[in-house]
Amino acid sequence: MKLHIKNGRVIDPANGVDAVQDLFIENGRIAAVGAAPDGFSADRSIDASGLVVAPGLVDLSARLREPGYEYKATLESELQAAMQGGVTTLVCPPDTDPVLDEPGLVEMLKHRARIVDQANVHPLGALTVGLKGKALTEMAELTEAGCIGFAQAEEPILDTTVLLRAMQYAKTFGFTVWLRPQDAHIGRGGVAHSGPLASRLGLSGVPVMSETIALHTIFELMRATGARVHLCRISSAAGLELVRAAKKEGLDVSSDVGVHHLHMTDADIGFFDSNARLTPPLRSQRDRDAIRAAVLDGTVDAICSDHTPVDDDEKLLPFGEASPGATGLELLLSLSLKWAQDQPDADRALALAIGRITCDAARIAGLPAGTLGVGAAADVVLFDPNARWKVEGKTLASQGKHTPFLGYELAGQVKATVVRGRVAYQR
Amino acid sequence: MPILQNNPQLNKNGELQHLLTIEGLKKSHIDHILDTASSFVGISDREVKKVPLMRGKSVFNLFFENSTRTRTTFEIASKRLSADVINLNIQASSTTKGESLLDTIDNLAAMHADMFVVRHAQSGAPYMIAQHLNRTRSDVHVVNAGDGRHAHPTQGLLDMYTIRHYKKDFTNLRVAIVGDILHSRVARSDIHALTTLGVPEVRAIGPHTLLPGGLDQMGVRTFTNIDEGLKDVDVIIMLRLQNERMSGALLPSAQEYFKSYGLTPERLALAKPDAIVMHPGPMNRGVEIDSAVADGAQAVILPQVTFGIAVRMAVMSILAGTHA
Repeated sequence: MKLHIKNGRVIDPANGVDAVQDLFIENGRIAAVGAAPDGFSADRSIDASGLVVAPGLVDLSARLREPGYEYKATLESELQAAMQGGVTTLVCPPDTDPVLDEPGLVEMLKHRARIVDQANVHPLGALTVGLKGKALTEMAELTEAGCIGFAQAEEPILDTTVLLRAMQYAKTFGFTVWLRPQDAHIGRGGVAHSGPLASRLGLSGVPVMSETIALHTIFELMRATGARVHLCRISSAAGLELVRAAKKEGLDVSSDVGVHHLHMTDADIGFFDSNARLTPPLRSQRDRDAIRAAVLDGTVDAICSDHTPVDDDEKLLPFGEASPGATGLELLLSLSLKWAQDQPDADRALALAIGRITCDAARIAGLPAGTLGVGAAADVVLFDPNARWKVEGKTLASQGKHTPFLGYELAGQVKATVVRGRVAYQR
Repeated sequence: MPILQNNPQLNKNGELQHLLTIEGLKKSHIDHILDTASSFVGISDREVKKVPLMRGKSVFNLFFENSTRTRTTFEIASKRLSADVINLNIQASSTTKGESLLDTIDNLAAMHADMFVVRHAQSGAPYMIAQHLNRTRSDVHVVNAGDGRHAHPTQGLLDMYTIRHYKKDFTNLRVAIVGDILHSRVARSDIHALTTLGVPEVRAIGPHTLLPGGLDQMGVRTFTNIDEGLKDVDVIIMLRLQNERMSGALLPSAQEYFKSYGLTPERLALAKPDAIVMHPGPMNRGVEIDSAVADGAQAVILPQVTFGIAVRMAVMSILAGTHA
């Protein structure tokens, strides 16, 4: 299969490209950018006039809900959502049921993903058995089975000694530890950002110090162990300040933010809208503004969808009882573009935003994705940056229909998604 | 990027469709309820304690959380308005069988309920019910009878009725709320009502462990020293300290709490000589309030209960007369 994508505006931050160029794909790989390789005759060509041609998106956190929560979502539904959202590579956290703490489970998941044959699925293994924070998992075996890193998902480790050992062990083999900084006690059971809004609505709070205390601990353990850590879903201005200082100090650390937190604040909870119940919680406007600035200055390396499909029964509940999380695979691109549009230099920001959801994310995950360099796997997204679409349950392919952006009109519509040289989605 | 949400307790004409919180109500809404309540106060003294304003209407008391006092006052208020009252002890029935909250509501609405009086342990639960009904059965009204830590609007309104009864004017008052503000829906409703009615100084008094953040944004001055906080106040609202909060990480013991924050005659003397003492009940004598104060001349705790019936009658009759 030879594919010719012509007349598109190729934005490939990994290679510093932003120009109207043609893209030539052969045998599942990028064969050439610009001029056709000798003797190239396309089996198929797509006219990308007016469209942006970018590397397929790399999402550092997408819950596919398999195994164990198939009633919330399945690989079929969520990988279709990934295609519709232009996401060709995704990293999934280990908080499935059973937890991804055994090689067999990881192999099964990889096998299922291969059969569905859409986006590339890269699981994170559990850092501790059952995410219980007591015993280390067989990290080397899990890596062989296909894990690209190790995480505790939403379960903080109570015993700091175990976290220290886990980081020492991961360092031994050069594995990355993915942690969402949250104190095991402060803010436990909280459902909203501790602040005037939570006080007013009578919702139990998650204070910013839940994040900052955990960050202090993690950085101290990093200094002791030299382990490489990726920090997931930083939510506060104070947290970002600590990450900035840690990077300056030279610690081997990277960070991401959830795409919802780029735009929304706790005020979006409005009249107890459970669609705005997220973990970490949406925080104050000051925190939101700091997140937006940190994406620009590089303190935040990547933006992820934090895709978490939740079914109606678990969302149509009083705010404090509703399951946290929102569907995100199909919103990642539009919401990242929206951030770029809001920047003073929107054109430069566009390339930067695409970098944060492609090559920057791929670098963190240690994956050869997020690039249109010659020889790279031909994972490509074609989107119209100006086409607007309305976020509605019926337009989302994901089984998760809940998002605080329901009813919003967003710019940036995916027109085609190419995975390993095959046109997997086209509208 | 907030999307404009309609306030679910008001209809398109800005009238009360449901009573979910005092926050966001206009002074005119509150005045209307208090004025209506005045006209009902006398009914309870009549030989026939009934008016036919809600004859033929069905009021469902949905108490997802235990309450005897509030449920009883709503029941009495409904009966004095000639409504039919159905009490449901939800904990013991459907939700334990796995039926969802909204399924329960749909079923009861299908039995032609006209009004739900809802108490729930989760902040915001009555909103979810009201928003659901606004979509499905806009002729059914919801009264929040207490949701989590969020709001207890009829208690707030009966407190305002009581203050108005004794003090006439709100615009020259200092009001102190004492105790567990953090967990108190009564405190939140009182604060919104007092600030809406123009009270120039609302004080919250308690230890740091029981004072939530953000009170200053609600227009409240906080005090951790009760003697300073009570100085020259006109109204003292004491809050109940729940048993489970008395020993643990919030407070070491009931004894120490009484020593630091209990309302004694000596402390009451710091307030204005004609200050009134209120309490939403049930009281813990010797924990938050000394019996000498609770039974003293300045306490208006029992009149609060009496006024509470009239205020709930007012709320229910006003809602019953509002159409979506």
